[in-house]
Amino acid sequence: MDELTVVDYGMGNLLSVKRALEFSCGRVVVTDSAKGIDDASKLILPGVGAFKEGMAELEKRGLIESIRRFCKENRPFLGICLGMQMMLDMSHEFGVSEGLGVIPGTVLPLPPCSLDGRPNKIPHIGWSSLSKSASVASWRGTILESISPFSSFYFVHSFYAVPVNSGHILAECGYNGHRFAAVIRSGNLYGCQFHPEKSGPDGLSLLKDFISL
Amino acid sequence: MGNIRLIARLDVKGAYLIKSINLEGLRKIGDPGEYAKKYYADGADEIIYMDPVASLYGRNSLLDIVEKATRDVFIPITVGGGVRTLSDVEKILKSGADKVAVNTAAIKRPELIREIATRFGSQCMVLSIEAKQSGPDLWEAYYDNGRERSGREVIEWARQGVALGAGEILLTSVDREGSARGFDSDLVKKVGEAVSIPIIASGGMGHTDHLIHVVKEGKADAVAMAHVLHYNKLTFKDIREKARQEGLPIRSTRNEWMN
Repeated sequence: MDELTVVDYGMGNLLSVKRALEFSCGRVVVTDSAKGIDDASKLILPGVGAFKEGMAELEKRGLIESIRRFCKENRPFLGICLGMQMMLDMSHEFGVSEGLGVIPGTVLPLPPCSLDGRPNKIPHIGWSSLSKSASVASWRGTILESISPFSSFYFVHSFYAVPVNSGHILAECGYNGHRFAAVIRSGNLYGCQFHPEKSGPDGLSLLKDFISL
Repeated sequence: MGNIRLIARLDVKGAYLIKSINLEGLRKIGDPGEYAKKYYADGADEIIYMDPVASLYGRNSLLDIVEKATRDVFIPITVGGGVRTLSDVEKILKSGADKVAVNTAAIKRPELIREIATRFGSQCMVLSIEAKQSGPDLWEAYYDNGRERSGREVIEWARQGVALGAGEILLTSVDREGSARGFDSDLVKKVGEAVSIPIIASGGMGHTDHLIHVVKEGKADAVAMAHVLHYNKLTFKDIREKARQEGLPIRSTRNEWMN
């Protein structure tokens, strides 16, 4: 069985992520140490909460450099929600803070109004389907391989990721006419804004495809 | 408008799923874990576990039920009842829940809303409001499971809750709860107009027309339902199909799109 390492940095729904991975046939190791990350073959960075606090918790445990190293070697990596946002260079949540910087880009607040001027409800909470971004020809060979245009995923967020290179956007999602990155990818590094561990059978199937990368 | 979320609400006492009428007169129904599993398999979008008598601790507590549910229920779970401190929230989230719903403790000390939102994020801080109509276009927030009057006017309280960092409002009509007479769509509409966070309408669903009404007229973002599900009057499949026919945006489940 494939072994997955989940980073525990005191934030995020660790148990749910662990259970979903186990259900999807992965053997799960939880680590809060740099060595645990260095030894990992596949790494998952979950996350719920604020960007700044998330980075501070990673730093407190001395994990930032080992995660960067892991990503540099292009080993399979999945950031979930906040974990995905932290993959970028920086965020504008509660002032500017530095991220892991493994995919160039920034994190911005969701716009307060829709295109027709009506106020958006924020956080964006709910199930949405994904669409292929213009720069991607196919999802074949990616973690979205078994996802259909009808599949939907559970989102809960107030900020969204904006990669510098649109080629890093694998899938998009719409919120009241506003398009944003739902899945980002660079080689074996993936990030998803939604919670696959909370997205029912479609989410589990995505995790399974990550496990078999 | 995004997809309307269809939420199964399970009120729990000790080891049992219960159902009340107007938040009183509790009746035992069955194993809360089995019901959550069934609703997950049927395509529920979320689960809310509420413990009206707040037996958060001890054997067979809600924490154990949630912990067990995370083995086979892979949709968001909200837990409410007896949430008083940051350490309560931490325990609930650690046991696999995604959000906490807070009523009584927030009414007694509104600052708790800010503390939870700051520590764990607004997305997990659901303000639970039990509203009872006190006049035309006027509702009062109740607490202690609909027994005690807070003296707070609901719309003002909702606004204050959002200012303090609530990310969602679970809005239960005490008058309609368990009545199967339909949601209080006026209440849902008024609160929804006053704040810019999602509103979950709760209390009163007897058939799918009620859901359609509270979404179309009340502009609810999500709908919580209990006894129509527990007593097998409707399944999520029935509800999804009917709601779609009426033009409501409802997500497809994997079972639906694979067939």
